[in-house]
Amino acid sequence: MANFEQWTGFSGENWRSSVDVRDFIQNNYTPYDGDESFLAGPTEATNKLWGKLQELQKEERAKGGVLDMETEVVSGLTAYGPGYIDEEMKDLEAVVGLQTDKPLKRAFMPYGGIKMAEQACTTYGYQPSEKLHEIFTVYHKTHNQGVFDIYTPEMKKARHNKIITGLPDTYGRGRIVGDYRRVALYGIDFLIEKKQYDFERYARHGMKGTDFRLREEVADQIRALQGMKEMAKVYGFDISVPAKDAKEAAQWLYFGYLAAIKTQNGAAMSVGRVSTFLDIYIERDLKNGTITEAQAQELIDHMVMKFRMVKFARIPSYNELFSGDPVWATLEVAGLGQDGRSMVTKNDFRFLHTLENMGPSPEPNLTVLYSPRLPEKFKKYASYISVETSSIQYENDDVMRPVWGDDYSICCCVSATQTGKEIQFFGARANLAKCLLYAINGGVDEKSKQQVAPAYRPITSEYLDYDEVMERYDEMMDWLSKLYVDTLNMIHYMHDKYNYEAAEMALIDTNVRRTFATGIAGFSHVIDSLCAIKYAKVKPIRDEDGIAVDFEIEGDFPRYGNDDDRADQLAIWLLKTFMHKLNKCHTYRNSEPTTSILTITSNVVYGKATGSLPDGRKGGEPLSPGANPSYGAEKNGLLASLNSVAKLPYELALDGISNTQTISPDALGHSDEERVNNLVQVMDGYFSRGAHHLNVNVFGTEKLIDAMEHPEKPEYANFTIRVSGYAVKFIDLTREQQMDVISRTCHKQM
Amino acid sequence: MTKGYIHSLESFGSVDGPGVRFIIFTSGCAMRCQFCHNPDTWNMRSGTAYTADELIEKAIRYRSYWGSEGGITVSGGEPLLQIDFLLELFRKAKQEGIHTVIDTSGNPFTKEEPFFGKFEELMKLTDLVLLDIKHIDEEQHRILTGQTNTNILELARYLSDIGKPVWIRHVLVPERNDKDEYLDRLHEFIETLDNVERVEVLPYHTLGVYKWKELGLDYPLDGIDPPDADRIENAKKRLGIC
Repeated sequence: MANFEQWTGFSGENWRSSVDVRDFIQNNYTPYDGDESFLAGPTEATNKLWGKLQELQKEERAKGGVLDMETEVVSGLTAYGPGYIDEEMKDLEAVVGLQTDKPLKRAFMPYGGIKMAEQACTTYGYQPSEKLHEIFTVYHKTHNQGVFDIYTPEMKKARHNKIITGLPDTYGRGRIVGDYRRVALYGIDFLIEKKQYDFERYARHGMKGTDFRLREEVADQIRALQGMKEMAKVYGFDISVPAKDAKEAAQWLYFGYLAAIKTQNGAAMSVGRVSTFLDIYIERDLKNGTITEAQAQELIDHMVMKFRMVKFARIPSYNELFSGDPVWATLEVAGLGQDGRSMVTKNDFRFLHTLENMGPSPEPNLTVLYSPRLPEKFKKYASYISVETSSIQYENDDVMRPVWGDDYSICCCVSATQTGKEIQFFGARANLAKCLLYAINGGVDEKSKQQVAPAYRPITSEYLDYDEVMERYDEMMDWLSKLYVDTLNMIHYMHDKYNYEAAEMALIDTNVRRTFATGIAGFSHVIDSLCAIKYAKVKPIRDEDGIAVDFEIEGDFPRYGNDDDRADQLAIWLLKTFMHKLNKCHTYRNSEPTTSILTITSNVVYGKATGSLPDGRKGGEPLSPGANPSYGAEKNGLLASLNSVAKLPYELALDGISNTQTISPDALGHSDEERVNNLVQVMDGYFSRGAHHLNVNVFGTEKLIDAMEHPEKPEYANFTIRVSGYAVKFIDLTREQQMDVISRTCHKQM
Repeated sequence: MTKGYIHSLESFGSVDGPGVRFIIFTSGCAMRCQFCHNPDTWNMRSGTAYTADELIEKAIRYRSYWGSEGGITVSGGEPLLQIDFLLELFRKAKQEGIHTVIDTSGNPFTKEEPFFGKFEELMKLTDLVLLDIKHIDEEQHRILTGQTNTNILELARYLSDIGKPVWIRHVLVPERNDKDEYLDRLHEFIETLDNVERVEVLPYHTLGVYKWKELGLDYPLDGIDPPDADRIENAKKRLGIC
């Protein structure tokens, strides 16, 4: 059993002999059920650094969204010397380390695909080096090339017609959360020792290909751990040993995360569940009198400032999918332990308080693991922060804890993985609304007129018959689910081969559990369409090729989002049916298939590629995001809509069910106190019904319209809103996205 | 079984009574307030008929959001026009342990029978009354609403006498009722009551103007803007709110 002097004052045994951060946390954290009155404001150092960073952000915006880009050096753990927010103020930074040598400068990361890395540069007027082009086309293959080498013609066609879409074949899959806390608790040398033990342990008799792959991966992980030590040395730190105090713990942990974002530009690069862990160190220092509350807050503020600075070079098609330059540096607070104790610590308040000390911000993607049983004062503070900043999201710990335990992290927007024990293969989404049109049109795409799916019999009747549509839809979903999973299997095979996440995987158990995350787009429209066919009369308008390009609807029909079981039961049917079809498929590395109802901002792009639907949505209009009801469908107010979404069983969508709601401040209450209390009531009510996720925005449509017309006003510089699964600065959205946000239901009452 | 004529239902009401509430907007109102933002609720027969059971069943779906404070509020329209239905509704609500609120203009109130006996019964089933006093001055009240305020003030007095908790609500309309003199007189009247838990100033807004147009009606307050922050503050001060 190891016993480092840095562990003095900590309790518990299991975590000392094997890597077990959860055990360390459970044995050492101090629950806090008080209020926010202990919190400290920003220090002078924080104000100076944040002021400088805001200047840089302004400059970045003025330059079209990118401040600086690398064109000569391939990103890596030790590709750069030290970098600071401001060379002259570097001593003020309580937590140091940048992705490159300069703040907000975007690194060159070609392993996902050289074409994309180059296009990202040229889009913003930078010319990457010829030499790099040669290396990554002639001498070294990339993930993207690997995938396109083996795609079948059918896959390419399905992808091109956007029935499966947003696939991580042109960008890093992300969503792998290293357990960055391990760096702080154990130091790198201990972790290397454990990985070396694994390397020997998994040397089986009669090894074959899969064993070789694992050995190579562990070898890469050990190399990455050594690289992390070198990277920290550049900044003057020795992370081979455990962190001795809170400041080092925050710094060590951040170095672990920095290693991830220097080597991967995944779609989501989450930080994980670090708040309660760090609180243990802060509490120890407070007890020893070696830190003040102001210093503790400064440490968290500076760490958060670093998370606000994470940048990746990305291509226009990526930005269309995920608008506003998000990185999903998702970070969790709160939750309950398996033993029933609240895991809220003072540090959870400190993380939320960064939104007051440094103003609203989309990153890090602050996530409250909610339970009605959390301490009342914490619930009220979180609610207050939502009312003031619209920058945080809520996820139901009571439905996640039974599945993932009490030490899971959110690896993107809504997807849980056990920290350091699990990863997920991210798989974007299948457009089930388009699939319904394929069922009606015999596999012919309504936009391109190509035969994309097998030429099953089209529906030719004058009016759509519910039973016939359901039968054809079921067959078409069979085809789609199989093709979708086959495609993702190829993507993940090649990602492992050419763009392996060695640094993140080095901080995860070797014997890792993998989930296979799929997703659904167009959810609400399928339900409403099926309701229209069942309860009203729907007449397809066919073009000269016999393709249904529009629909005439006679009569009224129930819609998802009104707490009406006729529609809501169809929603459950749809989710269950698709999930069960996915369960039939063989998945890469024996991963366990899951699905999400989450579109992020891609609902706009997916909508563009989808023709008119039987629910009355016109071709090209945005699909409704995530599990949200369709625009204009909600007729009975917010809670009726929440009740509909809450009916979807989490166990059928373990990758998450995203719901985004905007409430006008006037509709939430007359005074601040009422607004805070009422929002707590809404969340208690919603989550006690077993719902999974809620993005809460508190503002009126007028503010959005004004911000769209006058983005230059200073009050809108950091105006943050929650969109499906993440937060974004409203003025960074494309106008199309802004219009989409504005047109969505804002719950208000007269 | 009596049926209620209902204009609309709102699952999330948080400004009509304490906490989060299920709001039932009834159809029908005899007042013709110039500032009315729901003129589409004036006509009783334009509503949908529901039984009390149907409404309670709908309301109960939102119980998990109510916590210890929330419940149902019947607003309108003018709910007291359908007092038989209200009695049935609130009797059932009380059987379910639901907190009940009536949001009323007081216009149908009278101490004459058969109304008064029913009203006394209703008050036994009502936890809180939101009473709108549109204008303290009788003559001005007639101009603003087309009706007298005598029985409304009588209702306020009666509720005070029986000790029924009340929130007084006052829609603040520039050029109509926001003169200091009127506000002071209203304040004086409220001071004589023993049961007022809260006084709320609701700033006049123009969000309902389009409904007048849709109904083919001339909007009587054309050209009057919502009160500015100073006037709202002034009204709150004069009504003793802050």
